[in-house]
Amino acid sequence: MKLQEYQSKILFTMYGIPVPNGRIAESVAEIKQICEELGGRVVIKAQVLSGGRGKAGGVRVAKTIEEAEAYAGQILGKEINGLPVRKVLVDEMVSIDKEIYLSIANDRNSQKPLLMASSFGGMDIEEVSRGNPEKIVKRVIDPLLGLRDYQLRDVAINIDLDRAYWQEFSTIINQLWKVYVDCDATLVEINPLVITSEKRLSALDAKIVLDDNALFRHPNLSDFRDINAEPPTEIQGRKIGVSFIKMDGNIGCLVNGAGLAMATMDIIKELGGEAANFLDIGGGANAKKVEDSLRLILEDEKVKAILINVFGGITRCDEVAKGILSAFKEIHTKIPIVVRLVGTNDEEGLRLLQGTDLIPAKSLHEAATIAVRKAAEGNA
Amino acid sequence: MSILVNKETRLLVQGITGNEGLFHTEQMLNYTTNIVAGVTPGKGGEWVLNGKVPVFDSVQTAVEVTGANASVIFVPARFVGDAIFEAVDAEIPLVVCITEGAPIQDMMRVKQYLSSRRTRLIGPNCPGLLTPDEAKVGIIPGSIVTSGNIGVISRSGTLTYEVLYALKQSGMGVSTCVGIGGDPVKGMNFVDCLELFEADARTDAVVMIGEIGGNDEEKAASYISSDMTKPVVAFIAGISAPPGKRMGHAGALIEGTSGTAQSKIQALQTIGVKIARYPEEIPGLITF
Repeated sequence: MKLQEYQSKILFTMYGIPVPNGRIAESVAEIKQICEELGGRVVIKAQVLSGGRGKAGGVRVAKTIEEAEAYAGQILGKEINGLPVRKVLVDEMVSIDKEIYLSIANDRNSQKPLLMASSFGGMDIEEVSRGNPEKIVKRVIDPLLGLRDYQLRDVAINIDLDRAYWQEFSTIINQLWKVYVDCDATLVEINPLVITSEKRLSALDAKIVLDDNALFRHPNLSDFRDINAEPPTEIQGRKIGVSFIKMDGNIGCLVNGAGLAMATMDIIKELGGEAANFLDIGGGANAKKVEDSLRLILEDEKVKAILINVFGGITRCDEVAKGILSAFKEIHTKIPIVVRLVGTNDEEGLRLLQGTDLIPAKSLHEAATIAVRKAAEGNA
Repeated sequence: MSILVNKETRLLVQGITGNEGLFHTEQMLNYTTNIVAGVTPGKGGEWVLNGKVPVFDSVQTAVEVTGANASVIFVPARFVGDAIFEAVDAEIPLVVCITEGAPIQDMMRVKQYLSSRRTRLIGPNCPGLLTPDEAKVGIIPGSIVTSGNIGVISRSGTLTYEVLYALKQSGMGVSTCVGIGGDPVKGMNFVDCLELFEADARTDAVVMIGEIGGNDEEKAASYISSDMTKPVVAFIAGISAPPGKRMGHAGALIEGTSGTAQSKIQALQTIGVKIARYPEEIPGLITF
């Protein structure tokens, strides 16, 4: 789960990581008072869970209250990468001497946390990594020991940080590590961490991604979830207990198991079709879940064929077939549906489907071939 | 021969009295796996499945009393870290964690701890292992596999079953099937298992089922090219997956430009590994 910048800054403040003075606003009417409280120039920042806010016009500097109101008005009406802006963060304007990149993230390669810092702050770190990889300092952290003091000095030295800032910089990294551990984050990032012209360090931006698997330990952080930030179909998928991702094609997929679901989409593509979705129905395949899943798939009007691919292991194929049949008593659709059952008792399962409108198939190749052909006919 | 589990396996089930634990313990027993004990804190002294398996309060006691030499974990995700630590401290040589959804930082701490220990970990978020006619440690359906000379390693669940079934339909058997799991931070990886299969006298070829995310398949390619004499056939799921979306498994995610199916397929193809376009194609690609 990604946190918004302002939410991340609330956590930073709790841990003593310095951030600019700022307030959150949901309407233009609030801007005047905020500007008077902050005084001077302000930065208006769209609060959306998307990169490239600046490029999309979601970050503006205002010299006067009138300007601030005008920009806030524009930004609050905007959509950035398809996400509506419902809140803006109004931060005091900070004068910048130097920009630093700083983050702690789960590193898949070492299977440990990784501290990264760079004197090339304020830029897309992936771009720095491509163009100037030597400018990124990386230190693997022992998850049982935590950060060592020498590692902090080592990082400061290697990003050419003036000695005057070592102490403050080390404190910030230590606190960032605490945020990472305490919140079960997968990423905590400050880009940029700036040295202001008043010679202080300040986190101008803040990004935190939490591990969904660990949210049970952090009920207070779950309140930060912004349901507007996720595609509605994915939220609906979660509600009915399946894993659902919307795609662009016209063949709906209903599969048990994530790997098999991907393999099903892959073969559709291999045969010249496009999947309309990824859907992992999980273990078993009871009638209610099949029914809910089919309704979710059919909400997409582009869908011209559906491929159900279920492997019956411990749940036998004849039980799965009964589940599918009972779901179809509730759903009436003219869209062709190919059902491929394989595994324990698959002959019996397929026999149960005969005499219905469902098109049975034995192999995945055969099932996908039929689905791709039916979808093409449906489009014609 | 086989790898990791066989007739000598004396299995302990952590979380044996939960729904999943109990159901799959019965399935494993039906497959004639030698299950010697279960552990559920607070239920020590009970017996489950009509007196077939004794339950202990702690792994240490269970090991002392029964001589268990492998553990399979079915506890809820929030207890996974602790359950693995307990098994490792009881010096169980093989720990297999089926549970999905373990917090990643818990797993990082576990993994770090394991680096100074002798225990081997498989999973979490995996279907476990199966050596046909000898032992089933986990949830792989026994009826879809026959005994033979092909080693199978997979990051997936049902996709693995699909491949096992395709092998069976083609008259091919399996030495051991290892489901290494779909999490980003996990125990044994492809290379660890390939090493064991390379050394196993009964395995003549290996099938590897990978998917998007991470670079374990690329590392496997490099190992295969330098150290492997047995033929390897691979299937990589997710060629149609969009970047930035987690495809069901916690570890199945294309991050930036890394972890794509294309890059994995290319790494493996370059060194002569045959790549199947879909699971059913795998048996036809296996040559000895």
